[in-house]
Amino acid sequence: MIVVVDYGAGNIGSVLNMIRKVGGQAVASSQPDVLRSAEKILLPGVGSFDNAMHKLDQLGLVQPLRDCAGAGVPIFGICLGMQLLAHGSEEGTLPGLGLVPGRVRRFSFNASSALKIPHMGWNQVMAYKKHPLAEGLETGARFYFVHSYHYECEDPADELFKTHYGYDFASGVQRGNVMGVQFHPEKSHRFGMQLFKNFIGL
Amino acid sequence: MLATRLMPCLLMSNGALVKTVRFKSPVYVGDPVNAVRIFNQKEVDELVLLDIEATTHHRGIDYETLEKVVSECFMPICYGGGVNTLEDMRRLFSLGIEKISLGAAAFENPDLISQASAEFGNQAIVVTLDVKKGLLGGYSVRTHQGKKDTRVNPVEAAQEMAKLGAGEILLYSIDRDGTWSGFDLKLIREVTSAVGLPVIACGGARSLHDVRLAVSEGEASAVAIGSMAVFQGKDLGVLIKFPTRKDQEAAFA
Repeated sequence: MIVVVDYGAGNIGSVLNMIRKVGGQAVASSQPDVLRSAEKILLPGVGSFDNAMHKLDQLGLVQPLRDCAGAGVPIFGICLGMQLLAHGSEEGTLPGLGLVPGRVRRFSFNASSALKIPHMGWNQVMAYKKHPLAEGLETGARFYFVHSYHYECEDPADELFKTHYGYDFASGVQRGNVMGVQFHPEKSHRFGMQLFKNFIGL
Repeated sequence: MLATRLMPCLLMSNGALVKTVRFKSPVYVGDPVNAVRIFNQKEVDELVLLDIEATTHHRGIDYETLEKVVSECFMPICYGGGVNTLEDMRRLFSLGIEKISLGAAAFENPDLISQASAEFGNQAIVVTLDVKKGLLGGYSVRTHQGKKDTRVNPVEAAQEMAKLGAGEILLYSIDRDGTWSGFDLKLIREVTSAVGLPVIACGGARSLHDVRLAVSEGEASAVAIGSMAVFQGKDLGVLIKFPTRKDQEAAFA
């Protein structure tokens, strides 16, 4: 059973709908015990970094998440949920989960750039490396993005997907059993379905 | 490359999909859940759904219909209509709505925009400006299905909404709504040149050429189509449809 972490900072409904649509089974929970018994964990997230970390902490979910990661349970972060995998973010002051070494930075463009922040809309996603999560999405997949901050991996080997917005950034990361994507697969119709199928099949 | 966003703008009234002309005479065009299923199959990239009577008829938010719509909607959806409190918004977001549009509430309770943007992030907060040209040619923003004149100019309104923390403006021309006469490019340009926020142009589209002009001439960040997505053509029957990816790419090339 996939446990979708319900900590009041995610679009749980869409994620559950999409998992059901592709034939997976999931429950939403905010209980540390349920999380500890999960076969796979999905960490959604919208809103601000500190708010999300604060909520995870209040619910006593930070340690269980770290323990599950250490025990080899596949953990999949979406959007802010991916950013929480980092050590920290320019958006806040609280430490992140630190499961995929890196920092989260705000998009930064030349003053002459017409690019708007947030990066919002559908953009191309390319796989940096071979991984079961990226199967069928190696080239030309399109996903829906809404974010102002992006991941910067310490180790380039952890970069899973890349996307171009002003410059190339890591739109997906993966280190061992911990992975995340910056975009919203639950709102990216056919491509999102493929990604969820891949995660369920891990 | 970030693709130009093109989205259907669907109007809902009492749980049914309707289409208006200049915000009047709503015609039944189908069931919202069915329409969303079709738009899924067509791989539409985003959807706007506005309940046009939630505020004016004091119906409140039709959560029952929205829940059904969202469970079939595998694309980002922006909902507007009758949203007045943070509690409304929390409930909508937990259903799986990505963005919420504020219309009348943005004018009656501007603090709501700041509070909502602080809690949910500005990317989730859209302010809809329904704009009508006055007898002397000046524009003003209307609310309550166009019946209530705020007497605020859309440029000033957009700037004010940006300051309050809105993340996006849905700029809807009442005069062009359902008329198949093209976008009001002057209006779009006035607003886009005055604010840094993404502006979604809506009202008047009859072809992909119009859509292209809204972007190239109006400098809109995104475009919404109403009649074009639910009718075969002007004065023709109902047909839920959407330009193919290939045609969209060609239009924006």
